[in-house]
Amino acid sequence: MTPLQILSAVLIGAGVFFFVAGTVGLLRFPDTLTRLHALTKADNLGIGLIVLGLLPFAANALVALKLILIWILVLLASSTVSQLAGFAARREGRQR
Amino acid sequence: MNIVAIGLALDLAFGLLALAVAVFALRARTTYAAVVGFVSFGVLLALVWFRLGAPDVALTEAAIGGGLTGLLMLNASAVLRATEAAAAAEPRRPGVRLVALLAAATVAGGLAAAVLALPSPAPTLAPLAVAGAPATGLGNPVAATLMAFRATDTLLEMVVLVLALVGVWSLTRDDLWGGRPGRRHQADSKGVLVFFARLLLPVGVVFAVFLLFVGADQPGGAFQGGTVLAALWLLAIMARLADTPAIDQRWLRFWLIAGPAVFVAVGLAGLAFGVGFLGYPEPWAKPIILAVEIVKIVSVGVTLALLVAGPPMRPRGDDR
Amino acid sequence: MNSATWYGLVGAALAGIGLYGLIVHPHALRKILSFNLLGAGVFLIAGVVARRGAAAGLPGDPVLQGLVITGIIVAFAATALAVALLLRLAETAHTASLAEAALDRQREPVAGSDPAGGRTGSTG
Repeated sequence: MTPLQILSAVLIGAGVFFFVAGTVGLLRFPDTLTRLHALTKADNLGIGLIVLGLLPFAANALVALKLILIWILVLLASSTVSQLAGFAARREGRQR
Repeated sequence: MNIVAIGLALDLAFGLLALAVAVFALRARTTYAAVVGFVSFGVLLALVWFRLGAPDVALTEAAIGGGLTGLLMLNASAVLRATEAAAAAEPRRPGVRLVALLAAATVAGGLAAAVLALPSPAPTLAPLAVAGAPATGLGNPVAATLMAFRATDTLLEMVVLVLALVGVWSLTRDDLWGGRPGRRHQADSKGVLVFFARLLLPVGVVFAVFLLFVGADQPGGAFQGGTVLAALWLLAIMARLADTPAIDQRWLRFWLIAGPAVFVAVGLAGLAFGVGFLGYPEPWAKPIILAVEIVKIVSVGVTLALLVAGPPMRPRGDDR
Repeated sequence: MNSATWYGLVGAALAGIGLYGLIVHPHALRKILSFNLLGAGVFLIAGVVARRGAAAGLPGDPVLQGLVITGIIVAFAATALAVALLLRLAETAHTASLAEAALDRQREPVAGSDPAGGRTGSTG
């Protein structure tokens, strides 16, 4: 295993760990807002680390840029959705 | 561990997860939860399609199967919330459940037996498709299939979309004919949704056009691009950056039929030029296909968005 | 067993799950959802047949994959029409259940709706 492969494996492993942490938060936290917090933070960080881990193996610069674009779009979408879900949860007054 | 074993383990995991989410969608207590489960199932299914070596199908499943169908049912479940209690209060009939269980087991068992009895070596049209693709100028054999080898299927599918929309529109109340679909949306003009829509719309349009042009040689295509356009339009409507169009407008009806009409015209021209209905003369194949797809992406986007928007519910003059 | 066969069995199970939900759920929107699950299972089996047809350097049979794409889109069109019909039913009959009893109980004219509605002739 070359050093680049090891670095990539470590980064992707860390990303997976964050995803698992976010999922554990989803299952274990008491109410909607804390669950949203866990999901958004962990998943954004998780996908960022996975993208970083994949960058060394991108076929060319264009593919690398596309990977980063995917990361940015996921950040945008998940932040927006968590905000909207948070507003909805607060409005409904339900703390599930 | 060799790569095949890892792949098989991954496939086992995906398959079991998909089944678990499907069972959840089946048994969820509220319809809202069931629809959320269905959307998750759609995304998982897209992963499964990748594992089956079908990236074009994965794109279509994620966009239309999971995304647009999920959106459609989510809107419906919100409108139908008042009917949930009555439906849940209906008496459970164990006889019906037993029959349903037997029927489901029979069908599932029969299909499983068929899957296990599939002939080996499997018959395939792949060599034919690969042999015929260069004549169309397309590097993606699925795109060549959709636009050249099975072009009649694609034409009829576009017509089916328009027919479904006519069916949806025929459910309009008489006094609302020609009006705008859907209720007016409430969205805070300084809020998160508007910010998101403003950022995503230009990026999304570029992405849709990219899907169209890259679909010639790599996974993608006009249907996937059209779905992205439809989703962007629906997002703009939800963020109140746009409103649903009144359905009696000419430009709307023009774009609804432009896709199938151009396709039929190209087909008839093929007859006139002696290459058969929906045949393409060889040096002109790719430009013709591209021209048809450019019209198709707009047409499909408009049709899909209107299918989700539903029949008119507001009079024509009700604009914000 | 290889991946393709496993996914074929998953597709068969999905078809069974969808069929069960289609028959059992009283709420029509859940029936529509189950119908989509049934469709997904069938498409998955078609995809498995396509996967087994991998040849000539391709990972799957492109003709069959094209048919599945067509199928997914037509299934969406059917779902959209079904949902529109259901919403109209709920608007006029105030119920989302197809059970005959519910329809007979709820059938009453709604102001502003089509004057011929609500008297479509009972099937009793």
